[in-house]
Amino acid sequence: MKITTDNIDDFATGATVLGTGGGGDPYIGKLMAQQAIEEHGPVDLIDPRDVPDDALVIPSAMLGAPTVMVEKMPKGTEALSAFEALETHLGQEAYATMSIEAGGLNSTVPIAVAAALGLPLVDADGMGRAFPEVQMVTLTMGGVSATPMSIADEKGNSLLVNTVSNEYAEAFARVTSIEMGGACMIGTYALSGAEVREHAILDSMSLAHDIGEAIRTAKHRSRDPVDAVLELTDGYELFAGKITDVERRTEGGFAVGEATLDGIDDCEGRTFTLDFQNENLVARDSERGVVASTPDLITVLDAETGDPVTTERLAYGHRVRVIGMPCSPKWRTDEGLDLVGPGYFDYSIDYEPIETLQQPKHD
Amino acid sequence: MTDYRIGIDVGGTNTDAVVMDGDDNLLAKTKTPTTEDITSGILNALDVVLDDSGVSEDELDYVMLGTTHATNAITERRGLNEVGVIRIGAPATQSIRPLLEWPDDLAEAIGNNVAILDGGHEFDGRLLNDLDEEQVRAQIREFADVDAFAVTSVFSPVRDDHETRVAELIRDEVGDDVPISVSNEIGSVGLLERENATALNAALTSVASEAANAFVDAMNERGIDANLYFGQNDGTLMSVDYAIRYPIFTVASGPSNSVRGAAYLSAVENGIIVDVGGTTTDVGAVTEGFPRESSVAVEIGEVKTNFRMPDIIAIGIGGGSIVSTDGGVTVGPQSVGYKLTEEAKCFGGDTLTATDLEVAAGTIDIGSETPDVDAEIVEAAREYVRERVEREVDRMKTSAEPVPVVIVGGGSILVPDDIAGASEVHKPDHYEVANAVGVAIAQVSGEVDRIYSLDEMDREEAIQHAKDEATDNALAAGADADSVDIVDVEEVPLSYLPGNAVRIKVKAAGALDH
Repeated sequence: MKITTDNIDDFATGATVLGTGGGGDPYIGKLMAQQAIEEHGPVDLIDPRDVPDDALVIPSAMLGAPTVMVEKMPKGTEALSAFEALETHLGQEAYATMSIEAGGLNSTVPIAVAAALGLPLVDADGMGRAFPEVQMVTLTMGGVSATPMSIADEKGNSLLVNTVSNEYAEAFARVTSIEMGGACMIGTYALSGAEVREHAILDSMSLAHDIGEAIRTAKHRSRDPVDAVLELTDGYELFAGKITDVERRTEGGFAVGEATLDGIDDCEGRTFTLDFQNENLVARDSERGVVASTPDLITVLDAETGDPVTTERLAYGHRVRVIGMPCSPKWRTDEGLDLVGPGYFDYSIDYEPIETLQQPKHD
Repeated sequence: MTDYRIGIDVGGTNTDAVVMDGDDNLLAKTKTPTTEDITSGILNALDVVLDDSGVSEDELDYVMLGTTHATNAITERRGLNEVGVIRIGAPATQSIRPLLEWPDDLAEAIGNNVAILDGGHEFDGRLLNDLDEEQVRAQIREFADVDAFAVTSVFSPVRDDHETRVAELIRDEVGDDVPISVSNEIGSVGLLERENATALNAALTSVASEAANAFVDAMNERGIDANLYFGQNDGTLMSVDYAIRYPIFTVASGPSNSVRGAAYLSAVENGIIVDVGGTTTDVGAVTEGFPRESSVAVEIGEVKTNFRMPDIIAIGIGGGSIVSTDGGVTVGPQSVGYKLTEEAKCFGGDTLTATDLEVAAGTIDIGSETPDVDAEIVEAAREYVRERVEREVDRMKTSAEPVPVVIVGGGSILVPDDIAGASEVHKPDHYEVANAVGVAIAQVSGEVDRIYSLDEMDREEAIQHAKDEATDNALAAGADADSVDIVDVEEVPLSYLPGNAVRIKVKAAGALDH
C-alpha cells in the first residue's frame, strides 16, 4: 500500500486511537509527512514478511518536550545525517525505516522520514500503541539494543550513542535533546528483517490506517464509528458516560490524573474511573472493578463522532465512550509486564487480559 | 452625568443597538435586520435608537461597535490582503512550510507568499540561529507586491528580538504605509497556530480599515463627533487605530459581547450564559464578569489558531429553526434565518418554526397569524430544546456543582426556566439586546501572554514585567490611565523542560479614556 496525501489523515486518526490518550499529537507528524510526500512522492508501506532476513531496518522517531515540538518543528533532513551515521557505523545501508510506536506523534513522523530518505516504511512497530519511554518496546524483550543510537538536530549536529542498556539510551537521549533545544530526531533499535518479524508488532501501521478510515467513513455511511473500531481491533466497549470530574497533576514529567464518568444509556447508574499517566492505564467500573489495564489499550472516543479524545482534552461534561483493545501477546509475558504492566506504573493490581475481564463473572 | 453611549452589535440575522447614559441606564433599544453591506444596517439601528431615546447626535460621547466584517471576510475570502508571510526559524521548521494546511482557496486569497528565513530562539532564550539581515531584506524586496506582512519567529513568546528587528527592516525597505503583524503580539506558543493567526490578522487590516473609515464617515455625515471603539473577542473594547492593527481580535466578538451583557444585566459574575439567536444558540461561560477563554486551538475559516478566543459552543437552535415532525419532533439545525418574517407561519409563511410554536402556545404575540399547532408537538419540541441546551450547559460547567444560568437573546422564550444543573435561571430585562448592552458597557483591555525563564529573573519580577506590559497594551488600546487594573494573572509552568520556564498571562482592563 502507498501512503499518500489522500490517506495520511486516516493514519493520523488511527494513530490517535492507538495512542490510548497520549503519545503526543500526531498532527505535527502528519503535516511533516504531508509536505514530505508532496515533495518526494508517496511512501511504500511494505509487508514485514517481504523484508529480506538480513536487510537493515532503522526505526526513526522524534524525542523531546511537546512544547518544543509544536514550536520548533524539525528541518526535515535531520534523519539524513542520523541514518548516515548509523549506516557508516554498521557498515550496511538502510533497507527501510519503521515506527517505534504505532500511537501518537511517532507513528506519523517516520512517514515523513521515509519520504525524505526515499525509503519504504515497514508495516510494524515496537509497541502496537504508545508508551512514554524509549525502552518500552517489544524489541527490548527480543534483545534488540536501542544503541547504537544516532541523535540529530536541525543545525547539523549529530551524535552516535552506545550504552549498556536501553534505559541508559533513553536517559542519554533525553539529556542530549535538551542541549539540542528540547527536541531531536533519533535513529534507534537498528534491526534485521528477521528480527522485525520475530520481535516487532506486525501490521500495526495498516491497522492505524484502517481504524482512521473506519471512523471517517462510518460518519458518511451512518454506521456507528465505535462499532467499526471494535471490529477492527477485537475490542470491547467498556463504558458510555459523561465525564464528571478530571483531576490532574504533573509527576516526574508525566501528566498524571484520573477521570470519573457517570454512566449514560445502558451504563446508567454506574460510574467509571480512568487512571492516566500520559496514556490511559487503568479503567475501573463501579460494579465490575478493573475492566482493563495496561498494556491492553484503553481509548476514549467522542460518543457521537467516534473521534479519539486525548487525556489532555478530557473535560467535565464531555459525553464519551471508552473502549478497550487487547494488546500484542508479546506484552502479556512476564518480561513484557515487567516493562509496561500495571506494576511498572505503580498500580498495585495484577494484570488480567481484557478478554478474561470481559467474561461474565460467576459468583 | 451625560456620557451618552451607543452600543451596536452586528449579528448574522439582526443588528442590535442600545443607548445608555453614563450611569449605565438603558434609554432605548432596537433590533433591525442585518444588511449585506453591514454598514447601512448599523446606521439604520443607530437612527432608530437615537430617535427613541431623544438623545441628539451631538450629545453622544461614545459609539461602541461589535461587528462581523473580519469574520465574514475570512469565510467569504473577500477583500483580504495579499500577505508576505515571513517565518524566522531556519534551519528548523522547514519540514512544515507556512500555510501548508490552509484550504487552497484561502491560501490563494492571501497570495501564498511564504518564506522561512534564518533566525529564531530556543525555548530557554538561547539563539537558535543568527538573523541574516541581508537575507531578510532580499526577501522583503521579493515580496514587493504584497499589501501586508506577517512575521513569526520561533519562540518569539520567549524572545521577540528577531520579530522586532524584521519589522524594522520591513519599515526601512517599504516605508510606513504597509501594515506589519508580528506574532508575539497575537498568539502564544505553538508556531503554526500563532503564524496562522498572524497571517489572518495581516490579511484583514484593509477590510478593517475600510469598515472603520466607512463608519467614521457615516457618523461624520450625521454630525456625530463621538469616540469610536470596536468590541474585541474577550468582551472588551479597542480604539479604532488598535482595531485596524489587530482586526483578528474582533472575530467572535459577538458571543463575547452577549456574555458580558448578560452578566451585567443579571448581575451574575460567574455562571453560564445561553444566548438564543435566530439560527443558533451560543452557550458560553462568564468568569468574574468576563467571557471564559477557550483552552484549545480554535479554527477560523478552517485554519487552526491559538490566539485567545471565547469558549463557546454553538448549537443549531434558534427562533428561526425549522421544526420537523417526521418521526419524532426535532428543532433545527435548518433555519429560515433572516427570512423569519416571510417564511414563518405566524407571518403568513409555510414553514413551521420554533417561534410559531410559542405563538401557538400563546407565550408570545408576534406576526400576523396564530398557527394551529398540536399541544403535544409544542411540548415535544420544548423538551427537545431543553435537552440540547441542558447538555451544552453541562459541558460548559467545570464541575457538577449547580451554577447560575442566564438566558438572553431574541429567542430566549424557547428555553425553559428550570434548566437541570442550574442553581438559578435568569432572564433579565433587555435580554433580547444583551449583546449590544455588552459592547456598550465594555471596558478597554490589554493582554500579555509570554514565557519567562525564572533562571534569569525571579518570579515576582517576571509577573511585574507582564503586568506592566499588559497595562501598556491597555493604554495603547484606549484605556484611561487612572482606571487600569490587573484583572487576571495566570501562571503555567512548562513541563519536560529545564530552566524553570513559566508561561505568564496577564490581562489589564480600565475605563474608556475621556
